[in-house]
Amino acid sequence: MRTVIFGSIAPYLTALMVLYSIFVLLRGHNEPGGGFIGGLIAASALAVYGVACGVSPVRRALRFHPMAIAGFGLFIAAMAGMFSLFAGVPYMTGLWIYPTVLGVELKLSTTLIFDIGVYLVVVGTIASIALALEERDRG
Amino acid sequence: MDLTFLAFFAPFFAAVLAPVLVRYLRHHAAWALALVPALVFIHFLGFLDDIAAGARVTGGVQWIPSFNVNFSWLIDGLSLTFALLISGIGTLIVLYAGGYMKGHPQQGRFLSFILMFMGAMQGLVLSDSFFMFFVFWELTSITSFLLIGFKHGAERSRRAAMQALVVTGGGGLILLAGLIFIWNITGVSEFSLLLASGDLVRQSPFYLAALILVLGGAFSKSAQFPLHFWLPNAMEAPTPVSAYLHSATMVKAGVYLLMRLNPVLGETVAWETILPVFGGTTLIVGTFLAVRQTDLKLMLAYTTVASLGLLVMLTGFGTEKAIEGAVLYLVAHSLFKGALFMAAGNVDHEAGTRDVTALGGLMAAMPITFGAALLSAFSMAGLPPFVGFLAKEEIYYGIAAADPWSLAITVTAIIGNALMLVIGFAVALKPFLGEKVATPKAAHEAPVLMVAGPVVLAATSLIAALFSGLFHALVSSPMASAVAGTPLQITIGIIPKPGLALTLSLVTVGLGIALYFALVHLRAAMAWLLATIGWGPDHGFDQAMRGLVIGSTALTRTLQNGRMEFYMTATFVLLAAWLWRAMAAGGEWPQMPAFPDLYGYEWVVILIAAAGLIAVVRAANRLTAIVTLGIQGFALAVLFMLMGAPDLSFTQFMVETLTVVILALAMIRLRLSPQDHRSAGQTLFDGTIALACASALTMITLQVLETEFDRTLTDFFNQYSYTIAQGRNVVNVILVDFRGVDTFGEIGVVMIAGLAILALLRVVSRRGARPASPPVGKSEARPVAGMEV
Repeated sequence: MRTVIFGSIAPYLTALMVLYSIFVLLRGHNEPGGGFIGGLIAASALAVYGVACGVSPVRRALRFHPMAIAGFGLFIAAMAGMFSLFAGVPYMTGLWIYPTVLGVELKLSTTLIFDIGVYLVVVGTIASIALALEERDRG
Repeated sequence: MDLTFLAFFAPFFAAVLAPVLVRYLRHHAAWALALVPALVFIHFLGFLDDIAAGARVTGGVQWIPSFNVNFSWLIDGLSLTFALLISGIGTLIVLYAGGYMKGHPQQGRFLSFILMFMGAMQGLVLSDSFFMFFVFWELTSITSFLLIGFKHGAERSRRAAMQALVVTGGGGLILLAGLIFIWNITGVSEFSLLLASGDLVRQSPFYLAALILVLGGAFSKSAQFPLHFWLPNAMEAPTPVSAYLHSATMVKAGVYLLMRLNPVLGETVAWETILPVFGGTTLIVGTFLAVRQTDLKLMLAYTTVASLGLLVMLTGFGTEKAIEGAVLYLVAHSLFKGALFMAAGNVDHEAGTRDVTALGGLMAAMPITFGAALLSAFSMAGLPPFVGFLAKEEIYYGIAAADPWSLAITVTAIIGNALMLVIGFAVALKPFLGEKVATPKAAHEAPVLMVAGPVVLAATSLIAALFSGLFHALVSSPMASAVAGTPLQITIGIIPKPGLALTLSLVTVGLGIALYFALVHLRAAMAWLLATIGWGPDHGFDQAMRGLVIGSTALTRTLQNGRMEFYMTATFVLLAAWLWRAMAAGGEWPQMPAFPDLYGYEWVVILIAAAGLIAVVRAANRLTAIVTLGIQGFALAVLFMLMGAPDLSFTQFMVETLTVVILALAMIRLRLSPQDHRSAGQTLFDGTIALACASALTMITLQVLETEFDRTLTDFFNQYSYTIAQGRNVVNVILVDFRGVDTFGEIGVVMIAGLAILALLRVVSRRGARPASPPVGKSEARPVAGMEV
């Protein structure tokens, strides 16, 4: 699989795919997309990178073990629900704020944090399986 | 905050503090930690007056209001006496453990476990709600597991701990079923309300079922024959555990339950037959087995079994005097047995052995321990002026009568009591009197931490009897009233009154003294008898556990044989059979749908899918088959797109891509043959299953489409997705908002599945690293099985 052309393009392709996955994640609330699909795109981006350039560059680029990323995702998904406890409404009730940044009104919500958690779980889990399989010598 | 609420949790807080305190104060930490049970004891002393005046204190907070489950407590004569015994003896035990475990590297952990157990036991007796009661009940099983298995380096300890957990924890589950029966019959889940329910439970058709289940729990916890074997084995634990759990507290939980439910379940033929029969058998078996032992702790353990039998027998016998006798005996037993266990521990600790045949003449070296043991043995033998005497007199008042049933019970009680006298004096006299025997350690008196317990308990046995009027008024009468469900007044004092009861007492004592001098012969006779029988419930437990392991291994080997083909075949055969059966049973077959009216390009996509299918079937090897399976998947994704489901299509594309990539990655790790080597017969078999599944799924889908589409949910989400959840993508809004908790569970599953796959891959790669690699067929199945998770 280590061809020169694939190996040279793969980092750019991966960067593009990860960027696109974040775009898909963020627009998910109103257009097709969301954390699950975004996570799948990002995971395939990492798989592509791994196939093209080997597993260790991917692990280095990620800095953390992919399973740790998944665990963090699960954690923030749980924490996103906790906000509602402070507001005195049932667990996981969506809460919204509308700050204006550089003249653009943003819609931020606890459901967005939850969706980011979903994204991280999916990326982390699928990427760690794919990377473990790509490592032929040791899992 | 209510102090009682605090008292519930105080032992658990102390348990958290214990390891830290021991690190800095070493064994002196016991003084500080003993303050906690002491304060709890003082708190409960404050209730004595009110309870003696006939009050019943309840309190609590709501726990799960939607199920009407409360964190509630009930303090009456019964639970108050237990609470005082638990916290009072608990204080002494913490001190004792401070001396006994002095210098032990895990002393902090030990004290922590003891305090945790104390919290659990106290919660058990004070609980009003069934559910709290059950939780604390199982918590005592779990903490006692930790305590019995404290010396976890020893195989015997581990076995004893496991055995106690299996028997008492299993009994707890049976008890839960019984409590649920009672809950369903009466509609109340609190003891205080249950006690007011009158004959409701007794008249229910489910009475017998509820009774048997409750008894299953109580008998396993209170070590009734034939479930008694775990208690002597639990003597593997350090002595403070035996002195606390296996004399005064844990094993009395079953008796507590029977006494608590006596007003509700008692006074029926079943109750008054089952309890005396099991209790009486346990009494006789326990005392005879105690005679056989030479280990001080084991002698005491078997007499504990016997005493529990006596308590169960009396509770079931049901006359008011019998209940009074049971109540007095319960208090007396807690006091003398705790003291005797601690005295035996002192002998073991200071002399280095607890084999009664290797001990003698310790009186001069250990006078205080000897004194405490002797006083307690008097109480155990039922001699005046000790609380044990009051109990024995009252018992004989309660059970002696002319009819054959009472006669049998009385004879059982006399034999049991006489043998208990024998063991009591054997423990208290043999190690101390006679010739001085050389012991492994040069014996001298135990430190103050370790003599405090036996001395205080022995003195209490004496004082309670000397001031019997006050003792009855504050403790025993309210407790007996709570057990009987009607007000009772106990009047028995230490001055013997001539009559039948005294005559029986004298017979008991005479018989006991005669047997004491024949102890060596009795022991030899019992040893011969047991060797002749050669099988006991303890051995039976091992056989049952081994059978369980063999059975489940065989079942696992059959169902989880590690062959992917088997799993797939079983799954799909069942799927096809189930679907076909469902349609055949209902007789509903779908109608042939009209020929679909599709655009030309839609036909093209369907043709591509069909072509992909043919490619899969004709693929020469499995890798090719998997890659070509992707053709079909992508065609399907395109169809979703065309039919107006962009989200679904999007996901389908990604899933399809990743499936192919991951399956391909998995496949290249395997040593696959270049050709698919299925025989013609196998191909036919697999093909039949595939067609059966496919046709069944098609027909089910067609049939589903024939029913009218219910738009309720669609309309709801379309209407509210933006107004409530501020999102126009209904699919996403459902996932992250409306059904967010579901999604949370699902991503948890995703992650756990991922972890499982990683673990499987590690196992495989570690095996591969070994020089002798496993056969190809086996390593082939595993990573693929992982993918199915």
